[in-house]
Amino acid sequence: MNNENQTLIFEITKPGRIGYNLEPLDVPNFDLEELIPSNLVRQEAAELPEVSELDIMRHYTALSRRNHGVDSGFYPLGSCTMKYNPKINETVARFSGFANIHPLQDESTVQGAMELLYDLQTSLQEITGMDEVTLQPAAGAHGEWTALMMIRAFHEANGEGHRNKVIVPDSAHGTNPASATVAGFETITIKSGEDGLVDLEDLRRVVGPDTAALMLTNPNTLGLFEENIIEMANIVHGVGGKVYYDGANLNAVMSKARPGDMGFDCVHLNLHKTFTGPHGGGGPGSGPVGVKADLIPFLPKPVLVKKEDGTYHFDYNRPQSIGRVKPYYGNFGINVRAYTYIRTMGPDGLKAVTEYAVLNANYMMRRLEEHYDLPYNRHCKHEFVLSGRRQKKLGVRTLDIAKRLLDFGYHPPTVYFPLNVEEGIMIEPTETESKETLDAFCDAMIQIAQETIDNSALVQEAPHTTVVNRLDETRAARTPVLRYKKQEQVTVS
Amino acid sequence: MKHRYLPMTEQDKQEMLDRVGVATIDELFADIPEKVRFQGNYNIKPAKSEAALMKELLQLAGKNKDTASNVSFLGAGVYNHYKPVIVDHVISRSEFYTAYTPYQPEISQGELQAIFEFQTMIAELTGMDIANSSMYDGGTALAEAGMLAAGHTRRKKLLVSGAVHPEYKDVVTMYAYGQSIDVVTIPTKDGVTDVEALKGLIDEQTAGVIVQYPNFFGQIENLQPLADITHEAKGLFIVSANPLALGVLTPPGKLGADITVGDAQPFGISEAFGGPHCGYFAVTTKLMRKVPGRLVGETVDQDGRRGYVLTLQAREQHIRRDKATSNICSNQALLALASSVAMTALGKQGMQEMAKQNIVKTRYAKNAFEAAGFEVVYKGAHFNEIVVNTKHNVTQLNKALIEKGIIGGFDLGRVYPELENHALIAVTEIRTKEEIDALVAEMGAYNE
Repeated sequence: MNNENQTLIFEITKPGRIGYNLEPLDVPNFDLEELIPSNLVRQEAAELPEVSELDIMRHYTALSRRNHGVDSGFYPLGSCTMKYNPKINETVARFSGFANIHPLQDESTVQGAMELLYDLQTSLQEITGMDEVTLQPAAGAHGEWTALMMIRAFHEANGEGHRNKVIVPDSAHGTNPASATVAGFETITIKSGEDGLVDLEDLRRVVGPDTAALMLTNPNTLGLFEENIIEMANIVHGVGGKVYYDGANLNAVMSKARPGDMGFDCVHLNLHKTFTGPHGGGGPGSGPVGVKADLIPFLPKPVLVKKEDGTYHFDYNRPQSIGRVKPYYGNFGINVRAYTYIRTMGPDGLKAVTEYAVLNANYMMRRLEEHYDLPYNRHCKHEFVLSGRRQKKLGVRTLDIAKRLLDFGYHPPTVYFPLNVEEGIMIEPTETESKETLDAFCDAMIQIAQETIDNSALVQEAPHTTVVNRLDETRAARTPVLRYKKQEQVTVS
Repeated sequence: MKHRYLPMTEQDKQEMLDRVGVATIDELFADIPEKVRFQGNYNIKPAKSEAALMKELLQLAGKNKDTASNVSFLGAGVYNHYKPVIVDHVISRSEFYTAYTPYQPEISQGELQAIFEFQTMIAELTGMDIANSSMYDGGTALAEAGMLAAGHTRRKKLLVSGAVHPEYKDVVTMYAYGQSIDVVTIPTKDGVTDVEALKGLIDEQTAGVIVQYPNFFGQIENLQPLADITHEAKGLFIVSANPLALGVLTPPGKLGADITVGDAQPFGISEAFGGPHCGYFAVTTKLMRKVPGRLVGETVDQDGRRGYVLTLQAREQHIRRDKATSNICSNQALLALASSVAMTALGKQGMQEMAKQNIVKTRYAKNAFEAAGFEVVYKGAHFNEIVVNTKHNVTQLNKALIEKGIIGGFDLGRVYPELENHALIAVTEIRTKEEIDALVAEMGAYNE
């Protein structure tokens, strides 16, 4: 039944059908030509759908059934922290007093929203060990760029505008070097050592008077804690650079180690990862940035402050601020969800989150280590990386293994990342999954490993059960079709 | 501890510890140096039960004056519009909202197709060849458009109309600073971009010219002459457009735009204190390979069935790293879905009707203000906003209006000293004649 082409909304359109309901006009009408110069009056209507409300609901229900989310099944996508998205968050974010307030209303009319944001800021300061937090960045990459712009402003304010190098490990998320470029820096990539950790000698070799910052994820993208973090911070601080914490992996260390105590000067968080903002099919996110005291003057405007009389205020009088990174104050709706989550968990809950996230990852790693290569064999944190190189020798690539997992009803792990692992398979179970789920997934992985030996074609040709099988990505890129175009109707009489 | 989000039992935990070969969970954290290990618990508020937290947060939300129970005339980039109820039902399908970026197309066809339809609708409305899958918001989309222009032309100057949303302009300025690009403001005249001033400012270093349509003051810019001047200097013409207005206005794509960006918030997206909203980014075909963010393309599977994939990924950060065209990764996919549903519900007819109601009701408000003795400054064509000289401090006036259940217009004096005592009044399709009359009457009766 699902094997036919799924209809596009434009293909069920019928002229004259409507799906909306507007109040009839209650003021005197005008012709558009009386109100707008004729060259600016639209002549051809946009070809939007003409469908009924039921048509719309059926269409999107059909599409939703062709989509896998955390609520559909296990989603161990490494580095993305695909944990359960609590439903109370969704309800709270839709409270009219949060959903239906305008960002430019008088401050006296939005004190409840500002109180929530202030309390969230304060909680995130405690969680990260930072001195101040801004909630404005819209997502992780946006937070990275915001923090790097602050580092740039800091160096410039100290007469050291020549510091133009940002150091990132080879295992870093792709956004790190991209954000450095957008902030006007050059990226220097340093190697990971045999143990999967940053090579301190390589770090010492590249730092110098032109070092602006080191960007680091800890635990790193291999799921390993950078044990030498204090020394690394000392090396970078020793030459006058700043140390930046990519908080994508915060789920691994909550209540166990705080970036601010490890020597980091600033940090971004992904509230849509650790703090359960839903991923939404790709967004929205929220990427708050926390900073130590010496970066506070450079925070983006406005800064949310609590006044002595207990009221909240957006402070624009920040002469050294880098400026505005986003209209208004950030992705408020996601910040409401994260706040709701933090209040649901409390300090004990957040500690348990990290403990189970790490236990779950270690358990899976030990169940799978006989069946797949484990390049870095030590306790991991919230995620671990296997290598499919053993299977590759049998003609089965990691991509095939990922596709075969689809037949078992799972979203595959992150594959081919980090870049320093051949045929990498990066698994992050999160704390919200049960042991039964972890076991069933491991069983599937073990079965697939056996299939690569017994019946490799079964894996190579996977998936077998999805609504489409492997798609021709080369064709998509060579002859891009990025939008629907209405076909000329052929009349059959 | 027991918690409804944490399924492990004591027995589970013990079996797992045994399998890992450690006695306690703490051993798994032994690699964190003692010196930086966090001791104890976070000093944050204790956990609350579901019911108690709901009650507390409902009370907190109740401290805010919302636009559902008050009558709002506040716009300035974020609008109170008709939101088809169906929108929330669709985006509450958790197969959509609990998924991530569709990296595995075989199990993400729903999201991918929805984005493909979004790209199509935005391209249709803007009259551009293609659109991407979304940006954070209209402001960062505009900044990225400026960066694209600078990269494409290898020039280092952007000219930004003084009638562009001031917060958008601030964001453009910040991105530009990161890339060492100069931003120069084009003066306005009578509330629109001054064409003669543009002629004087543009030169062979100009990467792009940025205008807003309708502009921040609600005025409808005459785009074609601005586009022509820009193209003569071989710069890119960038338009930040309210997509609802394009229901009745000639689309930027037909008036010389190389890049059209904006925010789809008017389509089914709550004001939500400024976000999350939904930036869109549309370009001509020649700029297709320089677009930031995700693009969804149509293709076929091995059996010839139609399907959709993320495509042209060589532009993006996860492939190109420091050579990427942008650092964007997460976008606003769920809001793109929301706006797709709203655009679909409005459809071909509703889009025109709703846009027209905005203009006509705003014209009614303009006439009503003038009849009551207020000066409505700027005489050009408007969309759904007008600038009214209130003769009083607007912030103080608004404090009086809220007592009457009215959220007044934006205080332009906060940004433009020359517009002290001027309010930017937004009138959308959901405002009634009675509400408009009441606003005019209350403002007329106001005395400091």
